[in-house]
Amino acid sequence: MASITMVEAVTMALAWEMEHDDSVVVLGEDVGINGGVFRATAGLAQRFGDERVIDTPLAETMIAGLSVGMAAQGMKPVAEAQFMGFIYAMVDHMICHAARMRHRTRGRLSCPMVLRAPFGGGIHAPEHRSESTEALFAHIPGLRVVIPSSPSRAYGLLLAAIRDPDPVVFLEPKRIYRLNKEEVEDNGEDLPLDVCYVLRDGTDLTLVTWGAMVKETLEAADKLAEQGISAEVIDVATISPLDMATIIESVEKTGRCVIVHEAARMCGVGAEIAAGLADAGLYHLYAPVKRVTGYDSVMPLYKMEMKYMPSVGRILNAANEVMEVS
Amino acid sequence: MPATIASFKVDFYQFLTPDGHLVGDDMPSLAKDFDTLRDLYRNMVKTRTFDKKAIALQRTGKLGTYASCLGHEAVHWAIGSAMKHEDCFAPMYREYGAQFARGVKMSDVLNYWGGDERGSDFAGPAHDFAWCVPIATQCLHAAGAALAYKLRGEPRVAVTVVGDGGSSKGDFLEAINAASAYELPMVLVICNNQWAISVPRSKQNTATTLAQKGIAGGLASIQVDGNDIIAARWAMEEAIEGARNGEGATVIEMITYRLSDHTTADDATRYRDSEEVDIAWKQEPIVRLRKYLTSVGEWDDEREAALEAEAAEAVSEAVEEYLALGKPGLESMFDYMYAELPHDLAEQRERALEELK
Repeated sequence: MASITMVEAVTMALAWEMEHDDSVVVLGEDVGINGGVFRATAGLAQRFGDERVIDTPLAETMIAGLSVGMAAQGMKPVAEAQFMGFIYAMVDHMICHAARMRHRTRGRLSCPMVLRAPFGGGIHAPEHRSESTEALFAHIPGLRVVIPSSPSRAYGLLLAAIRDPDPVVFLEPKRIYRLNKEEVEDNGEDLPLDVCYVLRDGTDLTLVTWGAMVKETLEAADKLAEQGISAEVIDVATISPLDMATIIESVEKTGRCVIVHEAARMCGVGAEIAAGLADAGLYHLYAPVKRVTGYDSVMPLYKMEMKYMPSVGRILNAANEVMEVS
Repeated sequence: MPATIASFKVDFYQFLTPDGHLVGDDMPSLAKDFDTLRDLYRNMVKTRTFDKKAIALQRTGKLGTYASCLGHEAVHWAIGSAMKHEDCFAPMYREYGAQFARGVKMSDVLNYWGGDERGSDFAGPAHDFAWCVPIATQCLHAAGAALAYKLRGEPRVAVTVVGDGGSSKGDFLEAINAASAYELPMVLVICNNQWAISVPRSKQNTATTLAQKGIAGGLASIQVDGNDIIAARWAMEEAIEGARNGEGATVIEMITYRLSDHTTADDATRYRDSEEVDIAWKQEPIVRLRKYLTSVGEWDDEREAALEAEAAEAVSEAVEEYLALGKPGLESMFDYMYAELPHDLAEQRERALEELK
């Protein structure tokens, strides 16, 4: 078993699936001999050739449109948007075609594609590279939106995303691409989509998060434990379709919930979770549901980016606020 | 003096003039293949009969907004009749003739414009793309299909159509780049009908032809008289079989005219001179083919009368089928969203079935 980073887990999953399924191809800008700007496709072109690891012209709309066309004709394209900030030129194809293909043809055609994109702040990247706009895709019926938070979940969830018969937007929090290493067995075993992962059991408070914020949230849970507060930590992992049942089950036990996400607050996925709790978990709540999020302001350039993103301190403030309500 | 490092020309092809005469040498064999020409003529007339009826259905409240294909019959039948079943068609939204040639039923078209997704689960080849409204996005889907066929080593060709308006969109130009970069087996048809709703061809750009956009991207590109079924069908066959034989993609600009409003929701008299339309009616594809076939003794009034009756009957059968279909089941709002219904959506489905029954 290899001890690998999350970005290496992405590469390992791509390689496994390409090895075992001829219909899987990878395409995007610089994904070929260069191995991708984050090295997520490193070595794949050398191993599988340029017909299956396809460098595209510099045209994001083309990448998405080709993927839709290939997927509808029996291929399983895994497309890469070099950064999520460049994904907007692909949105037309994702919303108007990928998401609707099965429905509008009554299942005659389908669109089993994956659109991967590194996203989120924290690596001192230039403009347009640090936003977290996963909620845009979560709002679209017909898409799956999956966000890993560790090497093992990146491996298992990406395999599941490629095998899924419907389109998946797979967003990779690039701040944690190389944050830590984990033992991941390259055995081709996928992890279930559409379910939350409970990372830490607790009884006093539920912390709900996903992606890179899992790191700060787990750290906050450690600090809370020092204060004698037992926090349950849930990694949502698939933000659409959303597994509210696991979150509600946790809140039924703890009675308190803080939602943490890097994205702006307005219409963020946290709002959907809070609404779900208001609908089905209200009578189990001892305190208002709090959100710790990015601000509803433009993601700052890198000097100030860490001020924009939720910190352990901000998570603790919200946790303590809800704990004070008895 | 600078050195010329690139120059280009665009050839224009016409074999059948508006008054029904053959012109030029190197005539395609189709010009003397009267069985095929009569078939094409019959089908073009049937398509026009269908179109007229669809507009009538919309005007009487029995059909939603409908995009007419009036005047495009030769372009559409040239495309569809030149393709093989295993080839893939990625249409925009008014290429009914091409789709009929591929086995799509008239009732499928009515179902789609009649607000029913079952129209896109049509009787044509199961791998063909459905109607594509967002403009030009279908060009990239065709390119993706062509790339899939090429990677799998299948001798199949993807064919797509875009309008003169759609040729201004990035998707079209990106499809040209993809077709060129990957040497894709595909044909991109620009159905230049002179109008993008109310915006005339001259306002899209000042390029002499739209075909030359293909040349800019490295593709073989020609212009043909899209109201001349002989030229249009010949050009399609050449391009499709060339693509099948590994010669790469072709851009074909077919010159025609949108004799109708853009859709039934449009009124072209607001922005278009009637004199222009009168002139266009003298160029249209059906009359010139009839004149030609009649002039060589391959068509007559008796056949025309029989065809009219046959067309009316085919259309009326389709309309009956369409009107008899009824609404789809409530569950159909949910059941095709994903291969497997997610938990929350299953709950919404259950509640909808209870509340809306």
